[in-house]
Amino acid sequence: MSTTAEATIDVRVWRGGEKGEYQSFAVPRRDSQTVLDVVTWIQRHADPTLAYRFACRVGVCGSCAMTVNGRPRWTCRTHVSKVIEDGRVEIGPLANLPVIRDLAADLTPFFEKWQKAEGTFVPSRTRHEPLETISPESPERQAANAAIECINCGVCYAACDTVRWSPEYFGPAALNRSWSLVNDVRDAGNLKRLAAAASNGGCHNCHSHQSCEQLCPQGLNPTASIAGLKRRTMQAYIRGEIS
Amino acid sequence: MSAVRLYVWQRLTALLMVPLIIVHLIIIIYATNRGLSAADILGRTQGSIAWGLYYTLFVAAAAIHGAIGVRGVAREWLGWRETALDRLMWIFGVILLVLGLRAVFAVVVP
Amino acid sequence: MSTQPHNTAYRSDRLWLAAMVHRVSGVLLAAFLPLHFLVLGLAIESEGQLDSFLQWTKSPLVKLAETGLVLLLAIHLLGGLRVLVIENMPWRNGQKRMATLAAAAAVGIAGVFLIALL
Repeated sequence: MSTTAEATIDVRVWRGGEKGEYQSFAVPRRDSQTVLDVVTWIQRHADPTLAYRFACRVGVCGSCAMTVNGRPRWTCRTHVSKVIEDGRVEIGPLANLPVIRDLAADLTPFFEKWQKAEGTFVPSRTRHEPLETISPESPERQAANAAIECINCGVCYAACDTVRWSPEYFGPAALNRSWSLVNDVRDAGNLKRLAAAASNGGCHNCHSHQSCEQLCPQGLNPTASIAGLKRRTMQAYIRGEIS
Repeated sequence: MSAVRLYVWQRLTALLMVPLIIVHLIIIIYATNRGLSAADILGRTQGSIAWGLYYTLFVAAAAIHGAIGVRGVAREWLGWRETALDRLMWIFGVILLVLGLRAVFAVVVP
Repeated sequence: MSTQPHNTAYRSDRLWLAAMVHRVSGVLLAAFLPLHFLVLGLAIESEGQLDSFLQWTKSPLVKLAETGLVLLLAIHLLGGLRVLVIENMPWRNGQKRMATLAAAAAVGIAGVFLIALL
């Protein structure tokens, strides 16, 4: 224990808002240390004014995502050993979002685009009608799994250069959610949803860089979902349902 | 122009050009191997309805595909507004189409 | 030192590069097309004009440039096929390998052209 405690990590942490600078800290290296552990250590032992966001610490809530050595990560489940480069770790706020302060990004645009993509369920039955029985094996039900494990952490949104280049682009998470609902047989909002997916902020922005798929902590594949939306919107366009 | 409309035209012309480009690449390599000369090129194309149709289709598809592609790049990297983008697309597309059809005319009509 | 809150290391990822190669090759082809058409249009005037231009293409530097053009066309074709497959076929893993394969095949086609040229 005493030998490992002497080793330190050269940590650079973003301080400030949209403008600011990286500040260096020497943080003791520990076994099985996560990036969130590092940030917490800095706040508790070096600078209590450091702003960052977390809640559950176990990869459920999706609130602790940050940029770690140039890639967005969920920091509570990212071991330092996985991301450290030459003994250095650089930690910044999530990209493609306004910076509130230090490591806390403002996720308002992320969730607003979720709304614009019509990512909300539209029921086709009232509470007075019986529940619809859906086979877990049916292809539609399987396809609807696309976004079920999404924790809204914003990693895919921050990883997407298309979001950076097209500010109106809804991004991978919102469109992944849209694809889930498109396949939900209980949903009655598909025409509006496909029109949104075919709009200027929609699925046709995607260049299949697949950064979302490679960095999603839940192992989801928004690129594949967006490809699905491209096919469905193309069909709807050819049928004249959307223009 | 709507995003889905641009997408459909972009991808359909892409699909159409897949076989056209494969033939084009084969011709390029074949003709170069023989040594490029105007007589060789024109001997193949002049008066040929098949080559005339092939190149006309190719020019039309390339003009549409290229114009939409350039529009997309300008949208992301130059941040132009929609009306300016549409104007760019139409102007570039028409230039490609006119120059391209003129070239087809030049090599096909004896 | 840095005044940006985040760098973009993911930009060196292979599929990001594949999309960039596709875009840049597309823009370069779009820029080349009008010139290509103008040269062929020389044949409207006379066969001789086209021929005197083709003489110019015998210089080594132009031959190198032509090989570059064939590479652009081949890589845009194969990269585009890759995109069409991603978008229209059921999802397949191993996309990085597909991108590498497309690039290698394009270089191969340009190589065949270079051999035919020399």
